[in-house]
Amino acid sequence: MPRPSFISRLERPDRVVYGALIVIAGMAALLNLVVPEGSAFHMSTFTVTLLGKYACFAMLALSVDLVWGYCGILTLGHGAFFALGGYAMGMHLMRQIGERGVYGNPELPDFMVFLDWQELPWYWWGFSSFPFAMAMVLVVPGLLAFVFGWFAFRSRVNGVYLSIITQAMTYALLLAFFRNEMGFGGNNGLTDFKDLLGFSLQTDGMRVVLLVTSLLALGGAYAICRAVTRSRFGRVVVAIRDAENRSRFLGYRVEHFKVWAFVLSALIAGVAGALYVPQVGIINPGEFAPLNSIELVVWVAIGGRGTLYGAMAGALLVNFSKTYFTGALPDAWLFVLGGLFILGTLFLPRGVVGVFTKEKE
Amino acid sequence: MTPAAPAIESRATASDQNASHDVLKGAIIYLEGITVSFDGFRALDELDLRIERGELRCIIGPNGAGKSTMMDVITGKTRPDSGLALFDRGTDLFSMSEPEIAMAGIGRKFQKPSVFENLSVAENLELAMRANRGVWSNLFAKMSKEQSDHRDSVLETIGLTAARAMRAGAISHGQKQWLEIGMLLMQEPKVLLVDEPVAGMTHQETERTAELLTSLAGDHTVVVVEHDMEFVRSLARRVTVLHEGRVLAEGNMDFVQNDPRVVEVYLGV
Ligand SMILES: Nc1ncnc2c1ncn2[C@@H]1O[C@H](COP(=O)(O)OP(=O)(O)OP(=O)(O)O)[C@@H](O)[C@H]1O
Ligand SMILES: [Mg+2]
Repeated sequence: MPRPSFISRLERPDRVVYGALIVIAGMAALLNLVVPEGSAFHMSTFTVTLLGKYACFAMLALSVDLVWGYCGILTLGHGAFFALGGYAMGMHLMRQIGERGVYGNPELPDFMVFLDWQELPWYWWGFSSFPFAMAMVLVVPGLLAFVFGWFAFRSRVNGVYLSIITQAMTYALLLAFFRNEMGFGGNNGLTDFKDLLGFSLQTDGMRVVLLVTSLLALGGAYAICRAVTRSRFGRVVVAIRDAENRSRFLGYRVEHFKVWAFVLSALIAGVAGALYVPQVGIINPGEFAPLNSIELVVWVAIGGRGTLYGAMAGALLVNFSKTYFTGALPDAWLFVLGGLFILGTLFLPRGVVGVFTKEKE
Repeated sequence: MTPAAPAIESRATASDQNASHDVLKGAIIYLEGITVSFDGFRALDELDLRIERGELRCIIGPNGAGKSTMMDVITGKTRPDSGLALFDRGTDLFSMSEPEIAMAGIGRKFQKPSVFENLSVAENLELAMRANRGVWSNLFAKMSKEQSDHRDSVLETIGLTAARAMRAGAISHGQKQWLEIGMLLMQEPKVLLVDEPVAGMTHQETERTAELLTSLAGDHTVVVVEHDMEFVRSLARRVTVLHEGRVLAEGNMDFVQNDPRVVEVYLGV
């Protein structure tokens, strides 16, 4: 596995990452909006949205790599932060529907009317405001990560035990969000979104805007993760990963570093979820499924952990394959994913990107 | 200096002369009646020990004598069942957490070298540097000229200047031991607890280590646990023999080696 001290010499990945993001944004805008539909060079809106989804997944992979690759916290519940960010955005989009819902109720979303609710629950208050909803996209995942991390890391829960309780966390949320009484649309989740900031979500222009926004967010998240992992904080976190007790004897409050790395990671995951939802048009409890969170770790493992760009590459590689295989051979996908994981672990211990970077001794 | 400063100083002294702390009398570490048991087995049994300021003390004893456990107790890793441990000017070590003890000036080198293998030699020293340990300050920390000079001088002291950019996992075993000592020095500790520094070292490396530790005593208080008798003799200082969690004998090397009880438990030395 490449080491941060070695990464610090590498400026090339940064150039590749930022370059690729700019190229994708420019190509999508040009090929979708300017090149006419009949042309062989036209990019379909479906592809634009697919790319937007991939950008969100890459961001999610980045957030997992930050805690797993650098801090050694094998989180198997990061899908929860993604989903919570998604729900916060979904709630705003629901409020934007207003009286255009099936029941035409200006006060309540359709599913609440359907359940015969009389008034909006207090935790939905404020979500009509875009800035408030955006704040919640950060606050809710961040707060959960803080509280969870505070208790877990302070009581020195480590290794497989920590992985298990992260799974339990996302599973508990899955069960909770399934319940109609919770007021998040139950099984069906939140959907039928109309517009965002007054712009219809269905137009090609808006799809490109959402993709470009996701790419910008991805670039920003990458820059933040780079800065953090290259700071002394980043070196402390690697030290904690490799020799936790030793770091403690040096006087570092291990749990504080872990908690803040975890919170930052959850914030990135939350933003990824918030950008994901308007592009796919739905958020439901399925996003909390424990299996989803495990898959994230597989992306990062295949791409190569502890490098950031490796995690993004892994997310892209696996999701491209997923798109392809679920179309071509739907039944085979899980086997392909398992195969990729096993082959990757056996033959590419430093992930796919490890093949392209030399190990320094 | 402002007139207020001496007043604060004398007040500090007054509180230090608190009756219960009189026992220190110039010692920097004072242990009294320390008992540690693991499932009924007493690793330390009413251990008493005092280490004088600036001293270089060697602690020897057969395997399982409780040497490492004693260091665990001083550094806060193990909490004893009973006993008293005072440090410096009467600080009660048992009321402090591990990081607090480290920051108060007790540095420790573990029996097994444990450096941060995936960081470079210089980065290892940087993390050990006496500086704010907070999350935010580390996020924006930059080494000052003074700090990087200090790091470079420590690199020089431990003879790793040429290896500064190497990954710590890739240097030799002996070099790792020195890097650990360097990490201790970066913390500018008052006391260095050094557990088996020459285990696995070549003869030359051992000699070099003896020189290093000797040069550190005086400015620092150095406590060395070691099995290598030749090494201990080359340090030629006060020796404490531990056995079954108690002090069996204390004095210079010749004295303890001729003590019949020591000969009995330490046959073949
Ligand atoms: N965490 C623990 N749980 C149970 N027993 C322990 C524990 N730590 C130490 N012991 C026991 O306490 C005794 C003292 O151990 P300690 O490591 O202090 O010995 P030592 O003098 O450092 O020996 P060595 O020379 O082998 O390093 C040993 O018998 C050891 O097995
Ligand atoms: Mg020992």
